[in-house]
Amino acid sequence: MTLSILKERKDQVVERINGNETVSCSRESLAGAVSQRACVFCGSRVVLYPIADALHLIHGPIGCAAYTWDIRGALSSGPELHRLSFSTDLRERDIIFGGEKKLEAALDELITRHNPKAAFVYSTCIVGIIGDDLGAVCRKMTELKKIPVIPVQSEGFKGSKREGYFAACKAMFTLVGTGKPENISPVSVNILGDFNLAGEIWIIRDYLKKMGVEVVANITGDGRVDDIRRCHGAALNLVQCSGATLDLAKMMKEKFNIPFLRVSYLGIEDMAESLYIVADHFSHIDKDIEEKTRQLVKTELEQIMPEIKKIREELNGKKAAIYVGGAFKAFSLVKAFRRIGMSVVLVGSQTGTDEDYRELAKITDPGTVIVDDSNPRELSDFIVKKGVDVFVGGVKERPIAYKLGVAFCDHNHERKIALEGFTGMLNFAREIHNSVTSPVWKFHPARLSRVEEKSSEVCCG
Amino acid sequence: MAENHVSTTNACKMCTPMGASLAFRGVKGSMPFIHGSQGCATYMRRYIISHFREPADIASSSLGEKHAVFGGAPNLKKGILNVTEKYNPEMIGIASTCLTETIGDDLKMITTEFLSEFADLDLPHLVTVSTPSYSGTHLNGWKLAVRSMIEKFAGSSPALTADNTINIFPNFLSPADIRLLSGIFREYGLKTMILPNISDTLDSPSWEEYINIPEGGTSVNEIALAHRSGASIEFGYFHKGESAGSYLEENFSVKNYNLLPPVGMRATDALLSAIEEITGLERPQRFVNERGRLIDALVDGHKYINFKKALVYGDEDFVVSMVSFLCETGVKPVIAASGGKADLRKRIEAICEGFCPCPLVLEDSDFDTIEIAAADIKPDLMIGNSKGFKISKKLGIPLIRAGFPIHDRFGGQRIITTGYEGALSLLDLIVNTAITTLQEETRVGYGYM
Repeated sequence: MTLSILKERKDQVVERINGNETVSCSRESLAGAVSQRACVFCGSRVVLYPIADALHLIHGPIGCAAYTWDIRGALSSGPELHRLSFSTDLRERDIIFGGEKKLEAALDELITRHNPKAAFVYSTCIVGIIGDDLGAVCRKMTELKKIPVIPVQSEGFKGSKREGYFAACKAMFTLVGTGKPENISPVSVNILGDFNLAGEIWIIRDYLKKMGVEVVANITGDGRVDDIRRCHGAALNLVQCSGATLDLAKMMKEKFNIPFLRVSYLGIEDMAESLYIVADHFSHIDKDIEEKTRQLVKTELEQIMPEIKKIREELNGKKAAIYVGGAFKAFSLVKAFRRIGMSVVLVGSQTGTDEDYRELAKITDPGTVIVDDSNPRELSDFIVKKGVDVFVGGVKERPIAYKLGVAFCDHNHERKIALEGFTGMLNFAREIHNSVTSPVWKFHPARLSRVEEKSSEVCCG
Repeated sequence: MAENHVSTTNACKMCTPMGASLAFRGVKGSMPFIHGSQGCATYMRRYIISHFREPADIASSSLGEKHAVFGGAPNLKKGILNVTEKYNPEMIGIASTCLTETIGDDLKMITTEFLSEFADLDLPHLVTVSTPSYSGTHLNGWKLAVRSMIEKFAGSSPALTADNTINIFPNFLSPADIRLLSGIFREYGLKTMILPNISDTLDSPSWEEYINIPEGGTSVNEIALAHRSGASIEFGYFHKGESAGSYLEENFSVKNYNLLPPVGMRATDALLSAIEEITGLERPQRFVNERGRLIDALVDGHKYINFKKALVYGDEDFVVSMVSFLCETGVKPVIAASGGKADLRKRIEAICEGFCPCPLVLEDSDFDTIEIAAADIKPDLMIGNSKGFKISKKLGIPLIRAGFPIHDRFGGQRIITTGYEGALSLLDLIVNTAITTLQEETRVGYGYM
């Protein structure tokens, strides 16, 4: 395969042969490569943002706040303070004279106006440079306003999203243990790494409820400050996603000795497996939990399988490409695609780790391209060369797919349709089916030229 | 009435490098490049893609911690080389950010250095613009980028005899509006140099195969001849040092016509009059007819909308031109709000003169302040970008979407507001919005009208 990959990125792309491949990763994005990655601030912002009764103040010039205003629409069953975009909107004079005074005044005014349970103050690139002492301002305001005012050290240039996740976990960890862990069942969990997009965490909570498991804190989808303060009273942490909240689970294990399990709510196998390991964990306390879980899985599957089978018949043999933020989600997606009869021919992530890519190499089919920190130019090449039928990614990947006549499924944090849980698997299958079977591709020049190529291949033998 | 808040809640503006990146998109073979941390480019791309539904590649120098300490020059140079290798652009438009301005990176110096270091290579043109996001809004970034391109290229080709090309600096209008405007000039039989021209680059047809940089846009060669055009027409308000038209006038005596964006009757009249003054041409019958149809429609629709109160918000030029149009329809603009600054009160007062009282003007404002004002004044309709949707929903005021960004509806890139045609299309929307409300709120039904 000859592709237009910049020399310095060559070892960040491999074609799977025997499953023992490794992908170079966890590197700074290459200048001029048009990476799909965001920044440290973005990582912190997405993790903390769904905490709905907290004030989220972005300390910096307006851009960082403007581009993240309610960007992901994480749902809340109560307060919706998180859906507002607060900024100190720094101007030239603040850069010259420092932004601390403005930050203080902004916090004072916003906490008075909105009466939040806590405030997160995000540092942006510029704050790291002009040297505002975020910690000092936050300490002062914590005392003055009588709520936790927490600095998030998320200067954009200090790494990628992953460093931002860590900064967010550190910020949240200052809350953990400050509430009273009373009246909590021994069969209880915290849900970490679910952001309640399109109401997904409610699906998972419903399953857990049916199994008799109490959820202490949602971290962070539909999250509440007071729940996080007492979440050290839970018996177990369930950690989803590519480590956005894994660091928090590790901190809680170390300080409060709370074990954690890594789970995924995407796809039938991983969803069921996740529930079974929770049941297994608590089976010594609740002897019925395993049976309840089996029943739950059975009922859920009965509801979705007939339609999934039908969809599978129509999608069988089609090819998919996956490019997502964290690689963990890709594991589940590879399996989910098999479930609907499709094969994954390209899989990549913005911030996967060495461990992630080894796993991907293991579970994918020979010939699959595995890529770290890719860009539109490369992705387009792979799509065309691999004859992809549907691309799973985020908004930034969507026009790449559409311009090249490829169906698309939004599986990023901006998705509007719940894709978690068993219902989510059905939604996923419908989404793929909906896009792949559209008649519009019949008119698309890129598709037409693909058909021509194929027919010329056939006639040439 | 709104208090004067220190903080900004729900910004009614974007940052300066965003505007610059968009403007750089309107040049043939041009690749926008943001000198800063990776997040800036990615966030802006995401924002732009959601509106235009087009690929919007923006390169970044992807600065990390060590660059912030030791300077971003090495990464900028490396980035230019990589973009050149992969995209083979004719021009790279480089915008700075708050980070790189504050650490003191001098784009002009770095790029000059770069060009001499790699003089043996076949390199694209490099245009730089200083756009720290703590200064101004996306609209300022747009204008500064246009000005920097004119400063860089105009006059770089030998000045042949003046020709009758007209330079157009359209400012931030939709791709469909740019197409509509070029149609107006074509109707007169005129050649134009539209900078930037995003009509194809941000609204391109389906591709047969991968395209590095979307086709279309004004070429560097055309820009290089801008100094010998017959005149320039620019739309909007320009702070000192922002106007490409003034630059050409001051340095090359190309007469500059500064006009309101041609939204509505008066502003479109002014555009056509300017064209006719420049060229001595007669008005094509098509526009006489279009204008007549607009008047006819204004009359047909006036009873549904006269005295309706409107909230207009968005970038400063959008707001002024939309207020101008509304005045003509009988709709009373009651709040005119922008996150930008452009001497709005004085200009809006002048525009409303003889039509309606001057609305409440909110400059350097945010959606929070706008909401407080709207709850107080209770407009009947809102006109602006998607970001006003929350106010619209909360206060139950219908929203007519126009401007940038349109993130919650389909087809933002195809909305037309300019010329008599654009006015007519807007008028239909406004009248139908009023009728929808009547239909919903009364038992009359409005089945026949």
